[in-house]
Amino acid sequence: MTGWSQALSEARGQTTSQHPEVVAETPTFTGNRGLQIEEPLLFEQDAAGRCGVDLPAPPAHKSRLGGLERQGSIGLPGLSEPQVVRHFTRLSQKNYAIDSGIYPLGSCTMKHNPRLNEKLARLAGFADLHPLQPATTIQGALELIDTLAHWLRILTGMPAVALSPAAGAHGELCGMMAIRAALTARGDPRRRILVPESAHGTNPATAATCGYAIDPVPNNPRGRVDLAALKAKLDRDVAALMLTNPNTCGLFEDEILEIADAVHAVGALFYCDGANFNAIVGRVRPADLGIDALHLNLHKTFSTPHGGGGPGSGPVAFAASLAAHAPLPWIVHGEGSRALVEHAEGPAKDSIGRLKGFHGQIGMFVRALAYMMSHGADGLRQVAEDAVLNANYLRARLAGSLSQSYPGTCMHEVLFDDHFLKDTGVTTLDFAKALIDEGFHPMTMYFPLVVHGALLIEPTETESKAALDQFADTVIALAARAKTDAAGFHAAPRFTPRRRLDETAAARKPLLRWRAASARQEAAN
Amino acid sequence: MRYLPLTGADRRDMLAAIGARSIDDLFADVPQAARLDGLLDLPLAQGELEVERALSRMAAKNVAAGSAPFFIGGGAYRHYVPAAVDHLIQRGEFLTSYTPYQPELAQGTLQSLFEFQTQVALLTGMEVANASLYDGATSCAEAVAMAHRVTRRGTAVLSGALHPHYREVCETYAQFSGLTVAALDPLPGRVEDLAARIDGDTACVVVQNPDFFGQLRDWSALGARCREAGALLVAVVNEIVSLGAVKPPGSMGADIVAGEGQSLGNALNFGGPHLGLFAAREQHVRQMPGRLAGQTVDADGRRGWVLTLSAREQHIRREKATSNICTNSGLCALAFAIHLALLGEAGMTRLARLNHATACNLADRLEAIPGVSIVNDSFFNEFTVRLPTPAAPIVDELAEFGVLGGVPLSRFYPGRDDLADLLLVAATETTTDDDIGQFAHALGEVLR
Repeated sequence: MTGWSQALSEARGQTTSQHPEVVAETPTFTGNRGLQIEEPLLFEQDAAGRCGVDLPAPPAHKSRLGGLERQGSIGLPGLSEPQVVRHFTRLSQKNYAIDSGIYPLGSCTMKHNPRLNEKLARLAGFADLHPLQPATTIQGALELIDTLAHWLRILTGMPAVALSPAAGAHGELCGMMAIRAALTARGDPRRRILVPESAHGTNPATAATCGYAIDPVPNNPRGRVDLAALKAKLDRDVAALMLTNPNTCGLFEDEILEIADAVHAVGALFYCDGANFNAIVGRVRPADLGIDALHLNLHKTFSTPHGGGGPGSGPVAFAASLAAHAPLPWIVHGEGSRALVEHAEGPAKDSIGRLKGFHGQIGMFVRALAYMMSHGADGLRQVAEDAVLNANYLRARLAGSLSQSYPGTCMHEVLFDDHFLKDTGVTTLDFAKALIDEGFHPMTMYFPLVVHGALLIEPTETESKAALDQFADTVIALAARAKTDAAGFHAAPRFTPRRRLDETAAARKPLLRWRAASARQEAAN
Repeated sequence: MRYLPLTGADRRDMLAAIGARSIDDLFADVPQAARLDGLLDLPLAQGELEVERALSRMAAKNVAAGSAPFFIGGGAYRHYVPAAVDHLIQRGEFLTSYTPYQPELAQGTLQSLFEFQTQVALLTGMEVANASLYDGATSCAEAVAMAHRVTRRGTAVLSGALHPHYREVCETYAQFSGLTVAALDPLPGRVEDLAARIDGDTACVVVQNPDFFGQLRDWSALGARCREAGALLVAVVNEIVSLGAVKPPGSMGADIVAGEGQSLGNALNFGGPHLGLFAAREQHVRQMPGRLAGQTVDADGRRGWVLTLSAREQHIRREKATSNICTNSGLCALAFAIHLALLGEAGMTRLARLNHATACNLADRLEAIPGVSIVNDSFFNEFTVRLPTPAAPIVDELAEFGVLGGVPLSRFYPGRDDLADLLLVAATETTTDDDIGQFAHALGEVLR
């Protein structure tokens, strides 16, 4: 047994594999290791003329392409269906997923994705529906959108909801545009947006996209916005405050009512990043916190799948003062039917306009509504309570081993810094990679930026106590291990399809696509 | 509640471990005035069967595209998606994973994105492509913003034949970013003099091929003119299947391609989620928005993939980022990649020819109806028809006949009397001869 595995066994009080080093070090002839199978690129499996679909020959016709026919081949590889299925199945097996284990990425809210929601989103009446069909043929879709909006209005307490934004950052853009439109309409253009230092990177990026200057607001020693510093920055040039609540340190902004009053006192507006709404759904309504605009991530709180990076959906709830500026399209009610308003006219004359093609992420709306209806008013409140309970349970379990950044209870996620790794030679990154070898997806690393070497843990409500205990036991064991064997951490991960990847080299000379050998040769000459 | 694993006993034990008396202790930071004590006025939890019943009832109030002769396009196209695509994207390892921030746990997603980027680059004839944006319209707005960063100029000239939603999204973004958007008049079938609109402040000229009215255009001369003038040519493609048959924008001198990828692998979904495609020349890669998968090696020297050039992105650069985009359309990109892998060179070119042949058949049948003419002199799988009467009521009457017969242009250009009689119709490989026969018959009847 190596020092590495022995110490871990002792720390966990149980035996691991007798000879892990043999597994790691003996090469195989294929490069495969049991269930970990090497898979070349699609382009390296090409055979000319092979095809994974059978299409009829096009009927005879006289080309009307106007002489713009494509010349030469595209360069796409030919594979049969079994090869394609095997290729993507093998690739899938190189991924970690919430289906395979706890995925405690703070601020990302990786909760279980119910399969009922997938089934319903694929009903032909939703999936096989064109956005430009006549109004009489889409009444069910408009009812769905309206019903989702109703749930979101009740949950937020806010009177208007814009559903077209495609993701959280797009929702931020929608909200900030509406704020700027409202300020312009009242003849009061302003130039600055206050953004706490702990904010998601999307917040300052969004405000900049809207043509605003960013003015950062420091945190206080309790991990919340420094109210005095905020007040010192508030003047009649401030258009809005963009605040995340619960914030990215996993804490509720306990002075939020004072913050809202101070913002409103100088005529500014209060934007809230609702990415962490899952911590308070059913227990707190954003309207009661003095918020003027708030986006919700349906792919976080309401469990539409993250899909390896999207698609998402980022509806925005508005206070009455901003509702007139909501983006197109709007839904209006007629006699016994609903209709879309697609132009900035009539009731929508003050709309900021269109933010994406068509009407929004309907496929995500179906999933989110199915999730809400499944939970109900009672279940959604339980979601918030269990999410907060699970995070606090991990906090309590880990408090003796890791260094909690801000003492006291947390909301849906708990923030640690790398103080517990001081003088060990182990970094936050090394610690995360060691967790990978233990079969866990790491927590969020190095975010938020307000603490050193951040480790942000969000278990979500869909983890059992047993899963939390297993995760906590492992983190505790690794924290003990870090004090004696930095080298073991530097070598991690060892059991993944690839070991640590060279990100610096990737960025220095970006290789963003495959090229045929001949083209590569040409480029080299 | 079927999705919540904690039992009452667990909750009591965990509260005890935390040292809290009740769950309310954990919400003590919420100001008293903002605490909700009771339940909100919403229905209570329901079982799968009840939820399925309720949502199925809503779905049944819609007329699914596949249930009627169907001829609607206008930026979203109904294609047949092979069964393997949906099976594979529903594998939990793809469906329920996050953005690949830990590359050692996400080589599957990263390799498939690298393959997707390569496919998009090949189809568009461009050097590099990103890992997707939200949809074609937002890709177009991002392209305009990128052209501004590259050229440091303040005006975008938009073809009048650009999809009106794309134009509108560019205009919405521009209102706030300070760019000027100069959109030309929509003139279906007519040639625009875009070159004449280029001046020293032109960051880019945005064109579309096939254009919104279905006409095919060779933008090569405009591309050359842009280059001389120091402006970028942004080419929009919103029917990506066309690139199986039509000259790609990369060989017309496009600097940026903003596209909609829904046609491959993805359902209509009533307009979303769709798939924003974005490709560019390699020299501008550091000004591109969105995520990029790149090739590298691991500690043992083996080939692998990571997200790269993240110094452009909001989580590093914050207000100096090239875009605020974070979540994109990852799973839609995977569906695109799988569908295109199944098609390959032979399938993609045949699929495109099949679409064109079907549309030619449709054009022949519609042209034969008295009073009906085709506006375009070229097209791929969609074209504009001139009717002898306003198109909007005709489309509603066709729906009464059970035919989803295209989109009246008046839906996009209200108040434009000169466009009121025009109807945009599309045909794909899913369109049968019988569908075309029913459409032609119904249109003849309605116009009689």
